[in-house]
Amino acid sequence: MGVVCRLKGFISVETSSHDVLLIGGGGAGLRAAIAVAEVDPSLSVAVVSKVYPMRSHTVSAEGGAAAVVKESDSLEAHAYDTISGSDWLADQDAVEVFVEEATREMMQLEHWGCPWSREPNGRIAVRPFGGMKIERTWYASDKTGFHMLHSLFQTSLKYRAVTRYDEWFVSALLVDEGRCQGVVAIELATGRVHAILAKAVVLCTGGCGKLFAFTTNANIKTGDGMALAYRVGVPLKDMEFVQYHPTGLPFTGILITEATRSEGGWLLNKDGYRYLQDYDLGTPEPTPVKRSMELGPRDRLSQAFMAELEKGRTIETAHGQVVHLDIRHLGAKVIDSKLPFVRELCLKYENLDPVKELIPVRPVAHYQMGGVHTDLVGKTDLAGLYAAGEVACVSINGANRLGSNSLTELLVFGRRAGQAAAEYAAQQSAPSGAVLAQAADEEHRLEVLLRGDGGGERISVIREEMQLAMEAGAGIYRDEKGLQETAEKIEELKERARKITLDDHSLTFNTELTAGLELTNMLDLAEAMIHSALERRESRGAHQRTDHPERDDEHFLAHSLAYRVEDRSPRIDYHPVVITRWPPGERVYGR
Amino acid sequence: MAETVTLKIRRYHPEKASEPYWQSYEVPLRREWMILDGLNYIKDHLDGTLSYRWACRMGVCGSCGMMVDGEPVLTCATYLEKLLPGPIRVEPLRGFPVIRDLVGDLDDFIGKLNKVKPWIIRREEEEKDPAEGEYLQTPQQLEEFKRYSMCINCMLCYAACPIYELEPHFLGPAAIALAQRYNMDSRDQGAIERMKELSQDEGIWACTFVGECSEVCPKDVDPAGAIQRYKLTAALEWYKSLLLPWRKQ
Repeated sequence: MGVVCRLKGFISVETSSHDVLLIGGGGAGLRAAIAVAEVDPSLSVAVVSKVYPMRSHTVSAEGGAAAVVKESDSLEAHAYDTISGSDWLADQDAVEVFVEEATREMMQLEHWGCPWSREPNGRIAVRPFGGMKIERTWYASDKTGFHMLHSLFQTSLKYRAVTRYDEWFVSALLVDEGRCQGVVAIELATGRVHAILAKAVVLCTGGCGKLFAFTTNANIKTGDGMALAYRVGVPLKDMEFVQYHPTGLPFTGILITEATRSEGGWLLNKDGYRYLQDYDLGTPEPTPVKRSMELGPRDRLSQAFMAELEKGRTIETAHGQVVHLDIRHLGAKVIDSKLPFVRELCLKYENLDPVKELIPVRPVAHYQMGGVHTDLVGKTDLAGLYAAGEVACVSINGANRLGSNSLTELLVFGRRAGQAAAEYAAQQSAPSGAVLAQAADEEHRLEVLLRGDGGGERISVIREEMQLAMEAGAGIYRDEKGLQETAEKIEELKERARKITLDDHSLTFNTELTAGLELTNMLDLAEAMIHSALERRESRGAHQRTDHPERDDEHFLAHSLAYRVEDRSPRIDYHPVVITRWPPGERVYGR
Repeated sequence: MAETVTLKIRRYHPEKASEPYWQSYEVPLRREWMILDGLNYIKDHLDGTLSYRWACRMGVCGSCGMMVDGEPVLTCATYLEKLLPGPIRVEPLRGFPVIRDLVGDLDDFIGKLNKVKPWIIRREEEEKDPAEGEYLQTPQQLEEFKRYSMCINCMLCYAACPIYELEPHFLGPAAIALAQRYNMDSRDQGAIERMKELSQDEGIWACTFVGECSEVCPKDVDPAGAIQRYKLTAALEWYKSLLLPWRKQ
């Protein structure tokens, strides 16, 4: 590793070191941090996050988190709902572990102070979610993610072993001798570049909804952790599966929780007709029926919207076609006690009161089922690198995630990954100095982006073109031609992204620099997503190919694995799905 | 012709100038746009050097608080249209050192959060294993503290607080509300432990229930009410300690 070129020499690599390093301070990262601290308080554990932990996107989750708690419920039922919801692409050993540990994790969070909504007798209250046989969704009114995140964050403060690097942006993983040994990160306040060495690194950076123009995701959801792993040769699994949530507010994409429908809300087309009855989802009843109609799974509901759109039965607005979500009949009392945030969001962002008015909604990109390929304890193909939460693909979500499983997943697999990383770290020697040379290389890359003349390309222009291309080619329905066009567009954009010129060449809190890095991350993921979608010539769950409309278990009952290939399209391999007790069958809802 | 509105922004760029300065930008005036949409328009199309924080743009992550026309607000929840004719003044939140442009330094608050021990404290012999189930809590007991648990740490209350500005050691509205959130949680037994920290805070007694903090709170947490309730509890505890000096702390 030769001499480091310093364009102006402002940036200097500084070094710190920990046993376990968590990238991301949302639900998974904080749960993992606590797990490390509890496994072995002598370990040094640190959380690096590009935002203060309580800003993490877990905060936006509304409806609830699933875990079996009712006498009438069972682990089998939770597993079956999850697996049939996944269109049989979930790994059943992972699902079994997940449902088994879910209740303990949720109870642990209760002990840590999460203000769960309660029954009159003081027990945990639950409600049903889409695709669920029996109600098992725990909730803290309709701000479940917010309360879970703040409870975890506040609880994490009592563990003195946990160091935090708030508002530090990780730009690269350091890998030597086949082992992940730390990261390079920019301290946003100063622009200083640091090498943070670690015996084990856990990615907990969440999803990548910002690949799409219309998304529920926060501005920070740029798939950074997925891209970091992809770039060091770790495969991304099932990236073609993107969940569209059926009910987002037009223009903002703000999520209106599924809990509106579990409390009894209806979806109506322009004729005021509960159109889901036309799509093999059951018959309309005045009160909610589980696994039926408005409580069907998200993929099927979003697809039904598209069919209504084709038939000309949606409603035109200034921000595109919508259908109506009607919760008026629930009355102000139920809405204010069970869905207060929905009312607040509608009043603030749509200027309407759902107690008296219909809510305009349309499907919106919401969740990435795929992610970094891991085993049941979050271990990736690279020694020392782990992943948990939306960034990871274990997989319990398969081709379509069941609503309210993702928050629980943060806890179950955050804990598992934290524990596994701690055990691994305890066995390892300190990272080698060799990675510091790589850190110097990364610093050079950052200098070039920061100070270089580039070629006049603008971040926002490329980002917008990418988002529109992704919606055009990789939306709810896809085909070969559209995917191919998007693949070519992404390739062009990747080329142009090398020529970005920043307006901002300074070091202090340079959010244009981080936006540039985020854009590069997203373009890598777009490539992985599009090529995984091109290769999967079947329709399953959230991946619907109009040119291959049937599920094809013979060829595609398998996880896709996208491997990065330098300067070429990714290589797509397949990995078998684990089937334990539930042979692939028909997904039946409403009958 | 598209209408526009002027955003007059207080900039600070320590690498270039030691003093803050004002810069104005014309942004499209759209009915559905918030202040944050205006800032994003500037960042994307006019001037990539403008720095500010934002994430969820649905009023729950607490990142995007700023002074707008002199009032602390969440910029993702404040319509441009409501502030016509402009120019609309946008400044960093008052009371915090400025790092760059609209980005304030929150380290002081983060340290204060730690101080009030915002986690469930239970006597060791009364700890349950998660396998033994939940600590029962009725909806009424939940209601006791629920309001104080709604804080998104957006810092608007600190920007509005007349005491925090003068007395930097003051724990401040959000941190005290959070302490009360735990004190009043039926599962918690740490009120006395927290009181040791809170009672050293002169600022609490200086707080005069003017209630600016509660007025600006976007989540209706009512930190002013929390502070008043705390004072009452603290006075009662102090009185009890006089009457029953042998009582175990």
